[in-house]
Amino acid sequence: MSAPSTAAANPQASNLASTSAAPVASTPLLSVQGLGVEFRTRRGVARVLDDVGFELRRGQTLGVVGESGCGKSVTALAAMRLISQPPGRITAGRVFFDGRDLLSLPEAEMRRVRGNRISMIFQEPMTSLNPAYTVGDQIAEAVRLHEGLSTADSTARAVQMLEAVGIPAAAQRVHEYPHQFSGGMRQRVMIAMALACKPDVLIADEPTTALDVTVQAQIFDLIAELRESTGTAVMLITHDMGAIAEMADSVVVMYAGRIVETGDVRDILGSPLHPYTRGLIACSPGRRTVAPGELLEEIPGTVPSLLERGAGCLFADRCARVMQKCRQKLPATTALPGRRQVACWLYEGSEA
Amino acid sequence: MSVEALSPWHEAWRVFCSNKAAVLGLAILLTLVGVMLVGPSAYGVAPFDIAGAPFTAPFTDPSVWLGTDYLGRDVLAGLLVGGRATVLVGLAAATVAVIIGVSIGALAGFFGGWVDTALSRVTELFQVLPALLFAMVLVTLFTPSLKVVILAIGVVAWTGTARLARAEFMRLRNLEYANAARAMGAGPLRLMLREILPNALPPLIVSATLIVGSAILFEAGLSFLGLSDANVMSWGLMIGSNRRNILECWWAVSFPGAAIFLTVLAVSLIGDGLNDALNPKLHLR
Repeated sequence: MSAPSTAAANPQASNLASTSAAPVASTPLLSVQGLGVEFRTRRGVARVLDDVGFELRRGQTLGVVGESGCGKSVTALAAMRLISQPPGRITAGRVFFDGRDLLSLPEAEMRRVRGNRISMIFQEPMTSLNPAYTVGDQIAEAVRLHEGLSTADSTARAVQMLEAVGIPAAAQRVHEYPHQFSGGMRQRVMIAMALACKPDVLIADEPTTALDVTVQAQIFDLIAELRESTGTAVMLITHDMGAIAEMADSVVVMYAGRIVETGDVRDILGSPLHPYTRGLIACSPGRRTVAPGELLEEIPGTVPSLLERGAGCLFADRCARVMQKCRQKLPATTALPGRRQVACWLYEGSEA
Repeated sequence: MSVEALSPWHEAWRVFCSNKAAVLGLAILLTLVGVMLVGPSAYGVAPFDIAGAPFTAPFTDPSVWLGTDYLGRDVLAGLLVGGRATVLVGLAAATVAVIIGVSIGALAGFFGGWVDTALSRVTELFQVLPALLFAMVLVTLFTPSLKVVILAIGVVAWTGTARLARAEFMRLRNLEYANAARAMGAGPLRLMLREILPNALPPLIVSATLIVGSAILFEAGLSFLGLSDANVMSWGLMIGSNRRNILECWWAVSFPGAAIFLTVLAVSLIGDGLNDALNPKLHLR
């Protein structure tokens, strides 16, 4: 099957081609395979990621959802090789980016990828900017580092980037310090910094968690807008199902360091299969109307300690549809039609 | 109405200027340095020359205004020239100490692990040696000259700075902006020098100022014991050579003593002012 016919036959692919400037490649831009990460603690070794795999295509947005402590951020950090070792350690897996395995690149080579080809924005805009430099300096620094531009050119790029992320009077504000910006404005600066070198992939690790609701929507709109204009693929880590519905093309649901369900955003939100995914969606008010006083659903219990993994499914203790088998054996991943996968015994034998 | 963009350093300078004691200290130090720079050539008397009768009391002979010592050397000439060596040694030794201390502390704090363990043990080794005694040993091992004295004081005075730098680098290396810089592709050197060092500077500057004060005292102490360069006039040397005659000519000891006191006081006042000015938590007062 040739690439053009795939694009024509697949409505999703042609849709992508029309919205992004970058050509739709048939091979994924970023492909994470069988990633495993361990953290050594005083009380033993915690397996923080176990057999995590997903793909990100050019111009696409991948949503990564799950509760706190499910390994979403660790996945992003491991892909960028930013896990501090010790105590962390990448035990298994490969991260293919543009044909190369990032995990086996020399560190110097990896530094040329970070910020240049793959960049990242963090949860805390209030503390993610260096208080000792003006915001312009920090954006320009990234450009100088990777593209070797002169001071004048890199400052011009900084102004241009601040304008692109919607900071008014960018030419003046480029000379101001982070403490002179509000939280939302600082996150815009972070985005400007992350996109200054026109990366292929932007990893946004809960970019709006620390911001108030009105600003959250603006930041998501901004990311969506920049994705359209630059063709940057976005990996959006969040626990906001509303943001997923709005932004993502496909979704990875993580639980306790494992991927429990992946698929197209419409499939995941429209007909969630894994009981955990169902729980997550039921927890968020989303688009359905909640009557005053009506309680939102919740998933009972908390994410289990990763130090003492039992033999069975890690969600078993919190699952409403738990079976005998769930407590004995880790569920295998079942592949379903439409690039959909679920790791749950309920769907055993319903393979595509 | 526009809010003026003040860099953190401008802001610190503003706070520093609002501290009267610190400004007084800075004024004293600048005056002393000014006098030391132009004084000797304006006064024109060499400090080792016999300028009058020995034991001339101050304010009695207009040609030797502050009196003479037991050899008949002009005390004022000694004060004017001697300050140069004292302040030079103080500043240079503090610079040496800060360079050693910040380098070792930065590496230990930034890399942690076995690097930290090794460097911390080295720091402790230097810390348990009595500083003045160790400096004396170092000076006597070589011919006493200003260079040797500077290095000796630098080598005994860096441990506090190293511990401070280690703690600061350890704290700052995991802050979000350091991680953000890592995610932007910064290597260890860039992280240490560009991202972390500027933010670790405030306490390090304060500690450097305090080292200048103690280095001046060290120099005076070594000179007093005759372990400094005997061919270079310094306040410590004046006190040391006249100490046996302190009852007959108190002025040859007290005036350089007062000069050392004034200099160290000025440096300490500046250090206090910097501590307030560079500590962001105190800006809201």
